[in-house]
Amino acid sequence: MAPRLREVSAPAAVPLPPGVTASVRGLRRSFGDRLVLDGLDLDIRSGEFVAMIGRSGSGKSTLLRALAGLDREVSGSLAVSGPVAVAFQEPRLVPWKRVLANVALGLRDPSPSQVAAVALAEVGLSEHAAAWPLTLSGGEAQRASLARALVRSPSLLLLDEPFSALDALTRISMHRLVLSLWERHRPAVLLVTHDVDEALALADRVLVLGDGKIAHSASISLPRPRHRDHPSLMALRLELLTELGVSAAAAI
Amino acid sequence: MSAPPHTAVAGTPVAGTPAARAPVSAGKDPGRYRWRPLRGSWLRLISPLVLIGVWQLLSSTGVLPAKKLVPPATIAHTAYNLVVTTSPTYGTLQSSLLVSAERWGIGFGLGVVLAVLLAIVTGLSRIAETALDPIVQALRGVPLLGVLPLFIIWFGIGELPKDLIVLLGAFFPMYVNTFAGIRGVDPKLGELGQVLGLSRRELVTDIVLPGACRQALTGLRLSVVASLLALVVGEQINANAGLGFMITTAQEFLENNIIMVCLIVYAILGLTADALVRLLERKTLVWRRDFVR
Repeated sequence: MAPRLREVSAPAAVPLPPGVTASVRGLRRSFGDRLVLDGLDLDIRSGEFVAMIGRSGSGKSTLLRALAGLDREVSGSLAVSGPVAVAFQEPRLVPWKRVLANVALGLRDPSPSQVAAVALAEVGLSEHAAAWPLTLSGGEAQRASLARALVRSPSLLLLDEPFSALDALTRISMHRLVLSLWERHRPAVLLVTHDVDEALALADRVLVLGDGKIAHSASISLPRPRHRDHPSLMALRLELLTELGVSAAAAI
Repeated sequence: MSAPPHTAVAGTPVAGTPAARAPVSAGKDPGRYRWRPLRGSWLRLISPLVLIGVWQLLSSTGVLPAKKLVPPATIAHTAYNLVVTTSPTYGTLQSSLLVSAERWGIGFGLGVVLAVLLAIVTGLSRIAETALDPIVQALRGVPLLGVLPLFIIWFGIGELPKDLIVLLGAFFPMYVNTFAGIRGVDPKLGELGQVLGLSRRELVTDIVLPGACRQALTGLRLSVVASLLALVVGEQINANAGLGFMITTAQEFLENNIIMVCLIVYAILGLTADALVRLLERKTLVWRRDFVR
C-alpha cells in the first residue's frame, strides 16, 4: 500500500512553473490490491486543451477526481493554480433547483443570478432559465452543467466524459460549443473520454493512460474545426488505437 | 446499547416505499393537464360511496343484521342527532371533535417537529446517530397501549399524557422516514456541492434537506394516521370529552351506532389529513416530472 502523502493543492503554497496551470507528480492510487495510478506525472499548461483517453478502468476518472479534490486517498503531489470546475458525465443538476439557480449555486458573487444568466445565454439556454432540470433533454442538461462550470471562471476545467451519453448529433453541437467557450474563456481543459475521435477533434494534446501512467502523448497543431478525415488525423487515430490495444484492422 | 442501528433503519417497513407517487405537477403544467388532479380527487370518492351503497342495500334486505352491523342510514341519523342535540353523556359530536382536534394538533405538531429536528441531527452526524438512534429504535417497538399506565403514573390524568401519546404516535414514522430521506440523498450531489465549494450550511439547506423532502413527506402521511390511532388510545385516560371518550363510553353502553359514528369520523379525518399532505406534496415536489399521466 502506498503511504498517504497527499499534498494539499493550495495554489499559493505549491510553486508552479510559469505558464503551468496544473501539475501532478508521482500520483498513486490503489483500490484494494489494484494499483490504478502508479506514479503519474502530468503538467497542463495554461489555456491548453488536453484530452485523456484510456481503456475503461485505466484510471482516467480517478485522475480527474484527484484534480477536482474529490479523492482524499491519493498520494503524491498535486497543484492547481486558481479555481477548478467540473462537468460530470451525468449533468448532476440539482433537481429541486431551477436551471438558473443550479448555475448560480455556490457562486460567491454580489449578483449571482445575473452572472448565471449571462452564462446560460452563452450556452444558449436562456429560455430554459426557469425550467426544472428534469424537464430538460440530455443535451440541454449538459449545456446547463457546462454553464455552471464556466460561470466560476475556472483556470482548470475538468470534463469527465460529459458527452458520452448524448446522441451523435447532439455530441457534435456540444463539441462546437465547448470549443467556442474554450476559445473565449481560455481555461486549461482536461477532457476525459473514451472516444478517440472526440479527443482528435478537440484537443491540443492527447494522452493515453496505461498501467497507471501516461503511456503515450501526441500533440495536434491542426487548426479547428478539424475535418475527421484529415490525413494526419487518420494516421494519429491509428496510432492511438494501436496504443489502446485495438488492432488497426478492427479500427478501420 | 449494543444494538446495531443501521440494520434497524434499513429494515423498517416504511423506508423507501414509493408511497409518494401522487401526481405532483398540478397547476404547473400546461393547461391540458390542469384539470386532472381535481378530477382525480373526485374520482377517489367513488369507491367508498359504492361501498356504502352496497352496505345499505345488504342491511335493508336483511343480509346484514342491524345488531351486528349498524346500517349506514342509522349511522347518519345518529350522527345528525349527536350534532343537533346535546346528549347528557356525550355532549355534541362537534364539541368532542374540537376537543380531540386540539389534542391531536398539539401532539402531532410537536411530534413532527421533534422528529424532524432529531432526524437532522442523527442524519448529519454519525456520532449523534450512534448515540441516539439505538434509543429511538428501541422505543419505536414499544406499544402505546403498554405505555399508557406508566404515563398515567408519571403525568397524571389531565391533558398532558393524552398529548404525549399522540406525540409518540406522530414521532416515529416521521423520524424514521426523515432520517432515511437524509441518508438517501444522492452522494453524487454531495460531491457536486463539494466541487462547487458549498459551505456546510449550504450543503444542508440546498442539497440534503430538499433531497430528503420526498421521503419526509411519506413519513408525514404515515405520521398522520399513526397519531390518529394514538389519539384513540390516549383518550382512554379518564377523558370526559373527545372521540376516544365517546367510543369507550359507547362500548360500555353497547351503543354500536355511536361507535360506528365515531369510527366513520375517524375515517373521514384520516382521509382529509391524507388529502392535505398530498396537496402539500404536490406543492413541495413541483420539480418532479409527473410520470403519472
